[in-house]
This record gives sequence, C-alpha cells and structure tokens, in this order.
Amino acid sequence: MKRALLLLVALLFLTGARDPILVPEISQHEIQVRQGFRGADLLLFGAILTPEGTRAGRDYDIVVVLKGPTRSIVLREKQRIAGIWVNAASAEFRSAPTFFAVASSKPIKTIVDDKTAAIYELGLPWLQLSPIGSYNPKDQRRYSAGLVDLMQRDGLYKQDTRGVTVSEQVLYQARIALPSSVQTGTYTAETFAINQGRVVASAISRVEVKKQGFERLIAVFAETSGFLYGLLAVAISVAMGVLAGRLFALI
Amino acid sequence: MDVYLPIANLSVNGLVIVALGALTGILSGMFGVGGGFLTTPLMIFYGIPPTVAAASAASQVTGASVSGVFAHSRRGGVDYQMGGVMVAGGIVGTLIGAGLFRLLQELGQIDVVINLLYVLLLGGIGSVMARESWQALQAQKAGLPLPARKRRHHPMVASLPLRWRFYRSGLYISPLAPLLLGVFTGILTMLMGIGGGFVLVPAMLYILGMSANVVVGTSLFQILFVTMATTMMHSMTTRAVDIVLAVLLLIGSVSGAQIGAQLAQKLPAERLRFVLAGIVLVIAMLMALGLGWRPDEIYTVSPL
Repeated sequence: MKRALLLLVALLFLTGARDPILVPEISQHEIQVRQGFRGADLLLFGAILTPEGTRAGRDYDIVVVLKGPTRSIVLREKQRIAGIWVNAASAEFRSAPTFFAVASSKPIKTIVDDKTAAIYELGLPWLQLSPIGSYNPKDQRRYSAGLVDLMQRDGLYKQDTRGVTVSEQVLYQARIALPSSVQTGTYTAETFAINQGRVVASAISRVEVKKQGFERLIAVFAETSGFLYGLLAVAISVAMGVLAGRLFALI
Repeated sequence: MDVYLPIANLSVNGLVIVALGALTGILSGMFGVGGGFLTTPLMIFYGIPPTVAAASAASQVTGASVSGVFAHSRRGGVDYQMGGVMVAGGIVGTLIGAGLFRLLQELGQIDVVINLLYVLLLGGIGSVMARESWQALQAQKAGLPLPARKRRHHPMVASLPLRWRFYRSGLYISPLAPLLLGVFTGILTMLMGIGGGFVLVPAMLYILGMSANVVVGTSLFQILFVTMATTMMHSMTTRAVDIVLAVLLLIGSVSGAQIGAQLAQKLPAERLRFVLAGIVLVIAMLMALGLGWRPDEIYTVSPL
C-alpha cells in the first residue's frame, strides 16, 4: 500500500515536471585563422527554461562537449627493442576527434552513471574512436588512454569538471580555450541539461574554424599545385640568399 | 612575435625561428659546412611536426649556400664538371629518398631512422673532426708544420670502371664515385633536411682525394642544387614545405652566413673547429641517450 502510494507520487512528480528546453549560444560562430592567430577563447552560454518560457525552478547540471572534426588515425606505441625505443605496435581508429573538450558543472561521475556517460560521450574516458579491426577490450582501453594522454599534453583534449557555472537555476556559461594548433573544420558544441542522472534536454550549436586570407591561400596552393609551390619556395630561398650577399657587400 | 605557420598548423615565436636560422647560417659561413644538422632537431624539439621541419629546413640551406657558391666561383673554386656529376647523383638520391621517406612513414619508423642517422653521422664526423683539429692544435703549439696529408683517393674508388678527367679537382677517376656520393647525400638531404656538407667535405677530401681549393666551393655547388631538388620533391610528395617557416629561417640563415664568413677571417680557425667538433659530439651523445631512455610520451598519432 505504502509502496503504491509512493509510486503514485513519483508518477505525479514526473508527469508534472515536463522536460525543459535549452537555449544555447556561442560567443562566436566563426573563428578565423590568420596571421597572428594564437588560439581562441570560446564562451558557451545559454538558458534552461520550461516549455512555457519561464524559469525551470530546479537545479540542473550542465555538461558542454565541444568536438572538433574527426579523422582516421594510426596510433603507434613505442616499445624498447634492442635497447632503443621504437614504434612497435599500432592501432587504427576511424573517428578520432582532432579536438575534444568537456566542461561540466560538477564532476561527471557525480552527475550521471557510467552507462549514460558512455552513451552521450560525456568525458574523455568515454570517447568513441571506432577502432578499425578488432582489438581486445584491454588493448583498446590502453590505446585510447594513450591517445587521450597525448592529446591532453598538446592541449587538444581537455576536461574541466568545474568549467560550467549555473546561475539562478537559469543561466549557464562555460569557457573553452582553443590552442593555435587546432584543425580547421566544423566544431560542434553539444550542451546537455541533466537532472537526477537523466539527460533531460540537449542542444547543438556549431562553430566554423577556417583559415582566411594569406594563410588560406598558402594552404590551398601547397595542396593543389605542389610543383609551382616548390618553385616559389626555391625562388624565394635563392632570391633571399642573393639579396643578403648584396646587402652585406655594401656594409 | 607570434607567427602562424599555415602548413604546420600552429603558431610559433618568429624570433626563435629566426635565431635558429641565424645559428645555422653562422656555422655554415664559418666552416663552409651547413648547420642544417642543428636546425631540424631543434625545430622538432620546439614542437614543429617532424615532417614539416625536415621538409622546410632544406630551403634555408639553399639560401645560405647561394652567396657562398658565387664567392667561390669568382675565384675559380668550383669544379663544375665534378659538381654536375654530383648534382645528377643528388637528384637521383632525392628520388630514392622520397620513396624511402614514404615507406618509413607508412611503417611508422621515420623518426627512429632519422634519429639513428643523426647519431651515426654526427658521432662519426664529430670524432674525425675532433681528432684532426686536436692534431693541428698540438702541431701549432709545438711549432711544427702540419703533417702533410697524402692526397690520394681511396683504393675502392680506383677499382671502379670508366675514367674521366676532372681538371680542376686534379683527378682522373671514375665518375661513378662522385655520382654515388651524390646519391648518398641526396638521400640524406631528403630524409634529414640537412645540406650534407658535413659528409661531403670529408668524403671529397679523403675518399675522392680532390684538391683542397675546390672542395668547399664544389660541395656548396652540389648542396645548392640538391637542396633545391629536395624542396621541389617535398612540395610535390609530402606537401609539408611551410613557406612561412622557410622565410623565417631564411631571414636568419642568409644574414648569419654573411656574419659567419666575416667571423671566420678574424677567429682562430683550428680552435673553432675543435669547439664545433665538441658541440657535434655532445649533440650526438644526447640523441643516442634519447633513443635509450624511456620517452616521456610513448604514443604518437599520424593521420591514416
């Protein structure tokens, strides 16, 4: 009897509280990589509202995942062979993100269980890399831990468990820094509102990172017409060598 | 001063790169041998991807050798016939080198091979240089004349078929010998981004037995054309030549080469050579230790 009553109360509670909506925004939707680019600081912010557009009046945890374009990679592992460290083993992955940053309002483990975290890729340990070929789970864990460690050192993967601040149960904001070594392409920022271990709302927004002007020109030139690009490089080197000779002869 | 490198995809301190180029240039101006052996490893250490570093380093060697070639040819210090044969070999070498580069990249062993080559080359050349300059210094101290060098080519060279006369070098030998030497340095240039002067000069003196007054000029002549070929080859195959990085290096290296040439006339050459030998040996030793120590990071990523 008591149990049935509890169930009823819970049911009322659940139906009464309809899922809120998330309104995300990013400080800039386009990042231009040009001369003097030293990285960018993105501000990801937004609001959590009820479908009626009023204050939700409940505590939500917010997780923001910013993911760069994915690429296929070979991850090589060094081992000591005959006294020197050489690349001995390798694993191939079809979709390793070139950038992956997670910011949350609390440590992920205290917000959701492992299963939910894995489904939504909430955090570096749950990165889905789609291995090519089959590896046993132990090897796969070792390789992805290796990749995460490597990318973290380069500042391309990061996790900040206190990176999101939620104010007045309505507004949230997170700051994520992109280093200058980011790849160009489309970055997706996914925001999740989580309540009692359940993802109740999510929303996606996009950021374009692209090379502009001279930098774009050089990258395209090098990629499309290698021969002419090479000639240009040679011409510049010879001209600068001659010029320096002339200049110093005057001094 | 932050400069964004469009091919390496990262931003670097431009002044550091210019200083690196200047170091290379000064060494090349002072000793007539390229300092490329320092640039590539230092750039990699600074965080530039190894492929981009090796591909872009060759162009600054081109710049640093141009004025040297002019200066030497004005006073008849270039054997064009010998240089031509070596350039032909060098171009073949860059082709072979490009194939090797791709193969090693696919196998994932390019970094280890580059490091091993550095250890072997620098170790060998450093010891030869150290021994020689030490002998020269001792002789100077004792007031004795330098022990006369036997200028004769290696018996292996003499056994090669076909013989040409190389007037300026004072040789009557098979063109296959300089051709093979050219091939060898072409491969090294492609793999390591160095000019190869470190290998060429001693090889021309002790293996081919060329007369000393054309050695430096001819080696610079060969380096000039082979580094040009290397830049072309990298632009067409690895597409890793970063023109912005190359220009920064060039600014340093072309002015460094001029400063180095002037310094060389003022400073005691033998003592400097001894110091340089010491630097080379220390670098070789550090790199050898680096191969044996557990690296800080045992994983590397490359695109598939």
